[in-house]
Amino acid sequence: MAQETYERIRSNPKFQEFVSKRNSYSIVMSILMIIAYYGYILLIAFNKPFLATKLSAGAVTSVGIPMGVGVILFTIILTWIYVRRANTEFDTEAEQIISEAQK
Amino acid sequence: MSTALKKISAAVAALTVVGAAGAALAAGADLGQTTKEATNWTAIAMFAAFVGLTLWITKWAASQTKSASDFYTAGGGITGFQNGLAIAGDYMSAASFLGISGLVFASGFDGLIFSIGWLVGWPVITFLMAERLRNLGKYTFADVASYRFAQTPLRTFAATGTLVVVAFYLIAQMVGAGQLIKVLFGLEYIYAVALVGVIMMLYVLFGGMTATTWVQIIKAVMLLSGATFMAVMVLLQFGFSPEALFAKAVEVHAKKDAIMSPGALINDPVSAISVGMALMFGTAGLPHILMRFFTVPNAKEARKSVAWATTWIGYFYILTFIIGFGAVVMLIQDPAAYYVNGEIAKGLKGGGNMAAVHLANAVGGNIFLGFISAVAFATILAVVAGLTLSGASAVSHDLYASVWRHGNADSATELRVSKITTIILGIVAVLLGIIFEKQNVAFMVMLAFSVACSANFPVLFMSVLWKDCTTKGAVAGGTVGLILSVVLTIVSPGVWEAALGNPKGSAMFPYASPALFSMTAAFAVIWLVSLMDRSAQAQKERELFPDQLVRSETGVGASGASGH
Repeated sequence: MAQETYERIRSNPKFQEFVSKRNSYSIVMSILMIIAYYGYILLIAFNKPFLATKLSAGAVTSVGIPMGVGVILFTIILTWIYVRRANTEFDTEAEQIISEAQK
Repeated sequence: MSTALKKISAAVAALTVVGAAGAALAAGADLGQTTKEATNWTAIAMFAAFVGLTLWITKWAASQTKSASDFYTAGGGITGFQNGLAIAGDYMSAASFLGISGLVFASGFDGLIFSIGWLVGWPVITFLMAERLRNLGKYTFADVASYRFAQTPLRTFAATGTLVVVAFYLIAQMVGAGQLIKVLFGLEYIYAVALVGVIMMLYVLFGGMTATTWVQIIKAVMLLSGATFMAVMVLLQFGFSPEALFAKAVEVHAKKDAIMSPGALINDPVSAISVGMALMFGTAGLPHILMRFFTVPNAKEARKSVAWATTWIGYFYILTFIIGFGAVVMLIQDPAAYYVNGEIAKGLKGGGNMAAVHLANAVGGNIFLGFISAVAFATILAVVAGLTLSGASAVSHDLYASVWRHGNADSATELRVSKITTIILGIVAVLLGIIFEKQNVAFMVMLAFSVACSANFPVLFMSVLWKDCTTKGAVAGGTVGLILSVVLTIVSPGVWEAALGNPKGSAMFPYASPALFSMTAAFAVIWLVSLMDRSAQAQKERELFPDQLVRSETGVGASGASGH
């Protein structure tokens, strides 16, 4: 029975579409994360003075601190955005594909 | 040269290397050598209360732990939110709490850079791995990696990868426990090692994954609430204005305005990228973290677990940043209480990593100091329990049941083997703690991450996502990654010079982490060997990919998915 279900899901064009859509979403999200992190690290390696610039004249806080905290918040928010979409839209589509195969 | 002088010069050399090569990234989360302080009965009482509570939970968990599935994965009945807290608990070690706040206390900004590195692996796990792991796996990550491959070679490799990572991680934790107990409780090193070994064995043996998970959850809640309290108390003094806090810190800190800008942590981009890769992808190859994905009922909850874990860990790192700065401004107000001989130039009592512990005293008095000390020690205990459980499952589920008995072992026998392994691993952990007491183990956690990202992660990634991957390719590439990551770490400055005492400049590998090279090599070898593999077995494995894809993407037929 399981083999048949697999067979039917595989031959459903919706499944191929679903996989490629979700995979490209995952990859885009991963690339965003990699850009944010390595961008920050490379900025530190190559342009320390920029990160040490003060937020405004007379302020003590440097630009690098809100940016660093920003990378942390970005990480958390990006994760939730992905999870929200996967747990609603993607899961609904997957369930549909499965139920079509089990008919 | 006298021994004392030699030691000092070795320390100086180590520090120079750390500054120059960015090895601080690799070494920062370490407790180092500590000195024994006066016995702290409040802390001991608080810790005893924690142990009492967790053992009581273990007793309840024991009544729930009957099958191998209960033992390995708590029967798959943990919710995403609970599992997220437990994952965060696994990840927020004592070394990261004390080490990162200590780094912020010493250098300010650099502590922030360091903590970001430890966080960024989580989204990658979420986007690429979490639900596929849940859909394909049962008890261990080898279940996932060997899904369509020859069981014996792949599981042997995966179990080796698991045990190597667990061993390095265990050494760091056990030595950390011993160093911590001297300074926090005022007890001997050996007590800590024995205590951790025995209590951890009780959790794992009787309560399996259920007890281990709840110990992690309780610890994570205690650590997060304790750290939140400290951060709030610090910010309260500055009207919740970070600018005011930073202004005061710059005024009193010896390095003045330099604490507001990046220091010596990252000078060499190759090391920075390599360390970044080890942290980012190593997280996705840590067996005790991967195992947590099998404790939830389905992919939905698996995704929620990582999202919660990322949230708590990120929040925690922001707290440690505030705590570090809080320590800068508050400890200096009472040098007699917190500095060696009351002299600021001589550094903090108990070493630089005690910044958070002293701050606990400054904001909450002796009771709160006891609480934070107990939490710091409980943290190690919980992490060691998780590591041991994943090591035991690799031996019993992968080596014994799958390789040795070819999948014909019944659940009861498999469970017995994992309990015996737990006892053996407990003893090994205690012995490792004793052997490495006087050693510099700063590199051990980083070594664990390097192996995880160069051996476990590439095999897992390619077996799940690349249709042409074969057993031969996976095992060859994984083995190359494993060997290369260990060897290159040994001949890197952080180990060859700082830990093994060879002269400065003699290290053959100049960078702080091998990941950039060893992980790339592992992927390249998997790719090459798989492509060249023309055997009938390889053909069969490639034909199994489409079915694996259906299951990994949709969860059809996933283990436990229908039972809940």
